[in-house]
Amino acid sequence: MIPETSLAERGLEIALITDAPLTFSRRQAVIHPSRATYLETVAKFKRADYVTCSDLCAVDYLSAKDARQLPDGVAPERFEIVVSLLCLEKTRRIRLRVQVPESDLSIATLFRLYPGTENMEREVFDLFGITFVGHPDMTRILMPPDWEGHPLRKDYGVGRVPVQFREAPGPR
Amino acid sequence: MTTSVAGSNSHDQLEPESGEVAEGSEGVFDLAARTGGTSEGLAPADATTEVQRMIEEGGVLRLPEENDLDPRQSEVRFGEGETMIINLGPQHPSTHGVLRIMLELEGETVLRSKPIIGYLHTGMEKTAEELTYVQGSTNVTRMDYLSPISNELVFCLAVERLLDVETPPRAVWIRMLMAELNRICSHVTWAATNGMDLASTTMMIFGFRERDLVLSFFEKTTGLRMNTNYIRPGGVAADLPDGWEDDVEVMMDTIESRLDDYDELLTGQPIFRERTEGVGILRPELALALSATGPLLRASGIAYDLRRAEPYLAYDEVDFDVIVGSVGDTFDRYAVRMNEIRESIRIVRQVLERMPRGDYRVQDAKVTPPPRGRIDESMEALIHHFKLYTSGFEPPEGEVYVAVESPRGELGCYLVSDGSNKPYRMHMRAPSFVNLQSVPALLRGGLMADAIAVLSSVDPVLGEVDR
Repeated sequence: MIPETSLAERGLEIALITDAPLTFSRRQAVIHPSRATYLETVAKFKRADYVTCSDLCAVDYLSAKDARQLPDGVAPERFEIVVSLLCLEKTRRIRLRVQVPESDLSIATLFRLYPGTENMEREVFDLFGITFVGHPDMTRILMPPDWEGHPLRKDYGVGRVPVQFREAPGPR
Repeated sequence: MTTSVAGSNSHDQLEPESGEVAEGSEGVFDLAARTGGTSEGLAPADATTEVQRMIEEGGVLRLPEENDLDPRQSEVRFGEGETMIINLGPQHPSTHGVLRIMLELEGETVLRSKPIIGYLHTGMEKTAEELTYVQGSTNVTRMDYLSPISNELVFCLAVERLLDVETPPRAVWIRMLMAELNRICSHVTWAATNGMDLASTTMMIFGFRERDLVLSFFEKTTGLRMNTNYIRPGGVAADLPDGWEDDVEVMMDTIESRLDDYDELLTGQPIFRERTEGVGILRPELALALSATGPLLRASGIAYDLRRAEPYLAYDEVDFDVIVGSVGDTFDRYAVRMNEIRESIRIVRQVLERMPRGDYRVQDAKVTPPPRGRIDESMEALIHHFKLYTSGFEPPEGEVYVAVESPRGELGCYLVSDGSNKPYRMHMRAPSFVNLQSVPALLRGGLMADAIAVLSSVDPVLGEVDR
């Protein structure tokens, strides 16, 4: 969907902005900054005309630790924050994947750079329990405020209501 | 114009630690706690700390310094007169579903507002992890119930990207036809509900009448009027019905002529202009900062349309214009949508002329089911059919983000595959959810009566906001 220049050319373009490890997933550029350099990397992209943050979400890799390609030097952790930045002028998209360990579920907020991430970060906090340090309103957004647990985590079961039809035989 | 004023309690009565609380206000306290005093709601201005107030004052105040939008430049001043907190929704016809907004008013002026969502949250992203890729489109189509086709489309494009499957040209053009019809359908419905919010009942009837034309065609083609599950991984569920060209042609001619009626009814009408022009202005830099997309962004003057910027399907082969506004007010958002209907009609007419012949879904038995007739004669076809509907297919490991232009903005699907037959994670970047962040910025400083019109001009679909 991104007008594909050659991947090498795209790689060079990104290398001018950041030196974070770069991979291509289905011909889409993905960079893997560490948690410490996350904010700084995003700021670099913002300066390079990536004017809007189109998406921010998280993935819990609890039961599929090996199901992802990570470049050398990036240690897989349980959670991953996935951010899509968008450059309108050149219609470029870049995806950032940041590893967040289970032992310390926090990451810097992008709010100061892109205020539009406010709802998205609240959603991640609500459904995964990852805190965004510096976010102005770190409260639940979709679930009720008194809800316990974070539903999109892999160790959180899917709710099921047993259904019994009148004519059907009982549960076997 | 009515607003649901839940507990018309004055500011003094809401203040818990205030000494001069009116006697017998015990009941008022309870009401306040129920309607606004909770942590998720909007507390009285005096009872909140400085920081908390900054947080609640809406998008304008949340901008970083370098954007140079000083809140003190705003004409709205706080805490000078008596303010009142009211609760709009979630059960209110003009909130388009179950959106709830806490508003702080000073007289008729809106000072602060905070959308409170989640009433329709059913965990569809979690559900998606339990459904196979074949079943997945049934789930996503229920998110944005006014544009089900866009939802299915983005999901299927993401799955196809994971699978690395190329859809045949006819499937691509059918998808484009349906997506544009859906855009027309969604925009006329918006015009109808927006008309209703501005007390134009005629517009409401007109809009729903035109919507029904499109829905009838959907019913004929897909079997269902809404939540069609028509677009499937690998193509579409069925070919277009015989004589679809005539149906579509008549439909386009009808809707086009009725757009002129809308112009007569609303566009040139002084009362409508008065109520929409200069109301709820969203500046382009603010729109970008708040990640707004779709007509909301384009009305502010930024010509960003995914169909043009990152062409998917065959949008690079058809002629159409990207409509932009100049001021970014409610009227611009109306005008952008009305003209987008005209552009969609243009696209549909080109599709009519150029619809290629051939397969309507990819002939890969691992991805799409074999034709019904083949099942009776071929054991292999039967096995494929059984395998597809019991376990489905297994895309290779990887992750992908695909976005399309839905009637409301950028609709994205982030899909992670762990190599099994179910998505490991499916995330939908819902345009309504993101665009809702602009509401506090739009309402700030406006009149309460305009708030309804402004809110409706953002066009949130709550099914998509809460997912």
